Amino acid sequence: MSKQEFTITVYTENQVGLLNRIAIIFSRRKINIESMNTSPSEVEGIHRFTIVVNETEEVIKKLARQIEKQVEVLKAYYNTGDEIVWQELALYKVSTDEIAEKVKVERLLREYGARAVAIRKDYTIFETTGHREETDRLVKFLEPLGLIEFVRSARVAIIKASEGFHEKLRQFERQEPGEELVENEFLGQNEEIFTM
Amino acid sequence: MQSTLQQPQKVASPTKTETISGSEAVLKALLAEKVDTLFGYPGGAIMPIYDALYDYREKLQHILVRHEQGAIHAAQGYARSSGRVGVVFTTSGPGATNLVTGLADAMIDSTPVVCITGQVFAHLLGTDAFQETDVINITTPVTKWNYQVTDATELPHVLAKAFYIARSGRPGPVLIDISKNAQLQKFEYEGYTPCDHIRSYRPKPIVRKEYLEEAAKLINAAEKPFVVFGQGVVLGNAEKEFLRFIEKAGIPAAWTIMGLSALPTDHPLNVGMLGMHGNYGPNVLTNECDVLIAVGMRFDDRVTGRLDKYAKQAKVIHLDIDPAEIDKNVKTTVPVWGDCKETLPLLTKLVDQKVYPQWLDTFNKYKKDEEAICIHPEKNPEGDVLSMAEVIAALNELTKGDAVIVTDVGQHQMVACRYAHFNKTRSNITSGGLGTMGFALPAAIGAKFGAPERQVIAVIGDGGFQMTIQELGTVMQNKVDIKILILNNHFLGMVRQWQQLFNEKRYSFVDIESPDFVQVAKGYHIDGFATDKREALKAALKTMLDHNGAYLLEVSVGKEDNVFPMVPQGCSVSEIRLK
Ligand SMILES: Cc1ncc(C[n+]2csc(CCOP(=O)(O)OP(=O)(O)O)c2C)c(N)n1
Repeated sequence: MSKQEFTITVYTENQVGLLNRIAIIFSRRKINIESMNTSPSEVEGIHRFTIVVNETEEVIKKLARQIEKQVEVLKAYYNTGDEIVWQELALYKVSTDEIAEKVKVERLLREYGARAVAIRKDYTIFETTGHREETDRLVKFLEPLGLIEFVRSARVAIIKASEGFHEKLRQFERQEPGEELVENEFLGQNEEIFTM
Repeated sequence: MQSTLQQPQKVASPTKTETISGSEAVLKALLAEKVDTLFGYPGGAIMPIYDALYDYREKLQHILVRHEQGAIHAAQGYARSSGRVGVVFTTSGPGATNLVTGLADAMIDSTPVVCITGQVFAHLLGTDAFQETDVINITTPVTKWNYQVTDATELPHVLAKAFYIARSGRPGPVLIDISKNAQLQKFEYEGYTPCDHIRSYRPKPIVRKEYLEEAAKLINAAEKPFVVFGQGVVLGNAEKEFLRFIEKAGIPAAWTIMGLSALPTDHPLNVGMLGMHGNYGPNVLTNECDVLIAVGMRFDDRVTGRLDKYAKQAKVIHLDIDPAEIDKNVKTTVPVWGDCKETLPLLTKLVDQKVYPQWLDTFNKYKKDEEAICIHPEKNPEGDVLSMAEVIAALNELTKGDAVIVTDVGQHQMVACRYAHFNKTRSNITSGGLGTMGFALPAAIGAKFGAPERQVIAVIGDGGFQMTIQELGTVMQNKVDIKILILNNHFLGMVRQWQQLFNEKRYSFVDIESPDFVQVAKGYHIDGFATDKREALKAALKTMLDHNGAYLLEVSVGKEDNVFPMVPQGCSVSEIRLK
């Protein structure tokens, strides 16, 4: 099984220290986190981590189980790129003079889907959202024009097939946990072992 | 800071409140959790709790140890012999960091302990205050859960959660760090409500019938089924359920050292020990069985040897309470998620009553070979020098398998696990996953408090004994009636064995000198005796066991004896060596 990009979505309690508990699951195994975002979720009081990792599916599955094992984690899902809709946001600071002189700003806005979020005498800040390739394209374009600062956010992602977390949370709040299936697609098969 | 209490919690029925301090709330929580014994060491940041403890000393027995590592190992021993939660108190900074080894040990061996550490005043957090250390972050990887309390009103709920998390599901260590201001803070106490549900925490997965049926089908069709079991059977209090299962299904069963004593040694289906220094038959036949049924064990590498040559021919059924264990090391054919206390009876119902005389006989054939090449010569060495195996064998004759044996780590541990007899569960206490030298003495102290009516014997090497030797002070002060059996080979034996076998006898720093252990014990007013004589062995062991109170017996054994069989690291279990 080869490595590919997975997006792990984790629903958690909003708890000090939990970020560390989740991060060390990766670092202990010497696995690099490509990006990590924490934010509120659709459910009040429940936080949502979005973690991007390049790994094999076997490893990702084990990581997800280790994450879910943490007391304050409600649920961890993992998805490949085609199962989610995702975006990253990027900000670019360039010299206003430079950009006004050399570029037709309207073109830049149109072609790269950028927005100007701040225009000052000395600098202008553009913003784009999109996939990595899209935000990278504008970097390439602005670099020769003296890109002063660039920053890109972690990925945020929505799982296409998800019905949100409200119902699941109701299950979890019941005294008896609801039917929480732990899948095993290897039922009836017996191939090689996992390595991690 | 976000509180842990934002999620709905059951509220105690509105009774009249009383004003108490955070420290008292801690002690009230312990009493509500029916804690009777705790192990600890005071210091600045936990002084308010110790001050409150002064008034509770009749109700809570506090054992003053000599080092905080001793406190947590004692709590582990207590938990393992009694099945209850072990409790530890230490101060901040060094007091707390001294717990780390024990936490790691309890984490990997799934031992329920609750550690309460003092912390500096909340306003000093992050200022490098005296004895301030970031205990929460240091202990995160080695705790099942940890939490810092800076407001006393949180204490009742947080402690209720701590005990619930430590003991439920797959048990483990929990650490609660309490700042000094929270210990001192007075608040309106509304009583204590034990915790029995946390919405983000599912201690056991739902048992799935279809997998049980699938598992039973495999078992019923098997010709050479083999059960391997671990501590899950003990932790689930499922010894009887386990016995019924193997007896009905007629399946031979082998144990990991963490599962040892869950099945009586002389049970006809008990075929012995798995793993690196386990028995010949169970190791070789792991690679010949057709259905491997793993119960409450986690396929540690010391058990499996080389993974890609482990039971490849077999269909694997794995019963475990922890979903993260399924498929972690060995890919299962049928996972049976759940508490084995529930799943074993369900499975027993579905399996056919059977016997496998021929298959069982295969184990016996291997046993005969092992007997001839290893066991007999080990128990009956030529020459005058005693062997570890004959000491344990002599001990068996006297204890009749009724004692709790607490072992340290090394050759003596493997020999004790291989040869000690057990009639009762919770009788073998050892550091299995972490392999912590220095574990045995403090763990034996705790084990005695956890099972005061039982004979507790610590079997320790000359190296490991010197790692926590100061706990003799705890034995002395509290008159803890444990028997300390030192098997002295004048070497760090297990490492020496590896150096002999794999490093051409380049004995690099394994030659360890020891004090006169009997004299050291005498210094602590503990009686003792040393011998290297076969004629004296039996009588010396008997004197030790019959002695009223603690006793230390040092037995000198062969300096360069090795433990066999052995699955060398990186080899498959079928490549086990008998010599
Ligand atoms: C705290 C710790 N340090 C180092 C080791 C590595 N180690 C494993 S066994 C062993 C030798 C133990 O010697 P001894 O206590 O004399 O027991 P023996 O093997 O001779 O029975 C060592 C050093 C360990 N397991 N734990």
